[in-house]
Amino acid sequence: MKKEWPVWEVFIRTKSGLDHRHVGSIHAADGKMAIENARDVYTRRKEGVSIWVVPSKSIVANNPDEGGELFEPAMDKAYRHPTFYELPEELGHM
Amino acid sequence: MMKQAQLQYLLLLADNPLILGQRLGELCGHGPSLETDIALTNISLDLLGQVRNYLQYAAEIHGEGKTEDDFAFLRLEHEYRNVVLVEQPNTDFAWVIGRQFLFDAYHLPLLNQLATSKDSQISAIATKSLKEVQYHHRFSKEWIKRLGDGTEESHSRMQTAIRTLWPYTNELFTETEVERQMKELGVGANLQLIKTEFDAYVAEVLSEASLEKPADVWSKAQGKEGIHSEHLGYILSEMQYMQRTYPNMVW
Repeated sequence: MKKEWPVWEVFIRTKSGLDHRHVGSIHAADGKMAIENARDVYTRRKEGVSIWVVPSKSIVANNPDEGGELFEPAMDKAYRHPTFYELPEELGHM
Repeated sequence: MMKQAQLQYLLLLADNPLILGQRLGELCGHGPSLETDIALTNISLDLLGQVRNYLQYAAEIHGEGKTEDDFAFLRLEHEYRNVVLVEQPNTDFAWVIGRQFLFDAYHLPLLNQLATSKDSQISAIATKSLKEVQYHHRFSKEWIKRLGDGTEESHSRMQTAIRTLWPYTNELFTETEVERQMKELGVGANLQLIKTEFDAYVAEVLSEASLEKPADVWSKAQGKEGIHSEHLGYILSEMQYMQRTYPNMVW
């Protein structure tokens, strides 16, 4: 039997209308415990209104060695950035 | 006379969360895992916040320049009104959870009743504390089920803790003179009603957790009358150290 509980990634939404953001990770035996542990560890100072937890093993990450072919082609294509538009302030978080 | 009884009642309400909060605080940095360590000390802080409300009100009723710190830190052992249950040591995680579970099973219905107290201050304090205690209640229930229904080892430790702590629960429902007076005035809670809820809830959770509910036994615990176990002296010597070493110190 493994001694440690599995690791979970924690995402917190700080207020309505914003996105959930990754804040860190915790250990827990299952999803229910993961939510409670995340609540205790990450929302003690009124940081959040909503919590998501995801088993870390479910996250698929790219291979860091492939960084070149994945990301570098985007670097010299300034025309893909919509920098020519001025956004009205009322739009808020885009 | 009335003022005396009211003051004593506030101390009865404050001292359980005070001593339990201190016990849980001992676990800071010593919890079984980072997550449970923080959870238990969160509960400790919730409880101490509730204590401050009761003791500030007690100081106001007492007058003559008394402060919440005088009540929290400068009473003698026999002047504390907490039940012996909350003095019980952090023997292992099962004890910590068992003690919390039994206290929460009493604390939640207590606050539910106090929320409609005729004393508007007590009612406001109880209402404010309810959300916190609902969470404690949920936390301890989940852990009772996990440990009771977990491995052979966790089951046997949890059963031992419940069996050992059980006799101390009697005292929660033994009405003192002050509690009788306050109940009759519509200020305090009716312990018999709490007992009914306590019994039903504890039986339900223990059975879900595959744990045996111990038989009721006689117990001589009389913490509410100021007669404590050998543990309280040690708790107080640590808790009162700063205030006694540096009189009138403030944070």
